[in-house]
Amino acid sequence: MSFVFWLLSAITVAGGLAAVLLKNLVHCALALTVVFTGLALLFLQLDAQFAGFAQILVYVGAVAILVVFAILLTRSSETPKDGGVFSRTWMAGLVIAAAVFAVLGWAVLQSEAGLPHETAVPNVTVQEIGNALMGRYVLPLEIVALLLTAAMIGAVIVAMHEKGDAK
Amino acid sequence: MTVFATPLAGYLLVAALLFAIGLAGALTRRNAILVLIGIELMLNAANLNLIAFWRYMPHPEALTGMMFAIFSIAVAAAEAAVGLGLVISIHRHAKTADLDEMNRMKG
Repeated sequence: MSFVFWLLSAITVAGGLAAVLLKNLVHCALALTVVFTGLALLFLQLDAQFAGFAQILVYVGAVAILVVFAILLTRSSETPKDGGVFSRTWMAGLVIAAAVFAVLGWAVLQSEAGLPHETAVPNVTVQEIGNALMGRYVLPLEIVALLLTAAMIGAVIVAMHEKGDAK
Repeated sequence: MTVFATPLAGYLLVAALLFAIGLAGALTRRNAILVLIGIELMLNAANLNLIAFWRYMPHPEALTGMMFAIFSIAVAAAEAAVGLGLVISIHRHAKTADLDEMNRMKG
């Protein structure tokens, strides 16, 4: 429980709140980038260097850009004319989210005594991760490769401009 | 600064808070892209849980939690691409990304 952990957590949670609460969608996307970066730094704090840099590459580098593109492409709907940015049923959503957080927090605090204490820093090299990906986890790796290919083709087909569409 | 008995509890609470924020965003916002952002926040909170458990549970050299998180990141990337493609397609069709106005199955 270091000062760095609290600082990174505060940045991440504040970014999350900003991403959900801000009115301007572009500001939301920027706050989302802050969340992704804070989480990557938390991964580094947890001695998971590979996951941290993968987080930066995939989320900060790709998903955030994708979100910004989508926001700019659907810009005409950015500011709703009536009734703010929240849905009509926002109260129910807020209550559900608060209940979920209460249950999760209660579970963590209840089981705190049983959680393991500080352990030795795991010394994991990228070579070991590569060996594991090519050895024990080769089938999931191939399935993920197939999934990413299918998702890429599917996204292009779904978002493609239809011919003869007069819009 | 030792509020919790173990560092793992702190990470789990931060992940729970982030998950709740993402859930609140997905449930309360009107814009479809903001709902996707909320889903991304929830996925990231789950990833933080996976990495934190990998770090503090016995046998981190088995790499199980780390691999789970890496595959989860890959699946989340695919989900984001398809989801945003769907939002763009719906926006082109319905001229809006407002979920409260998308109340018809037939365009």
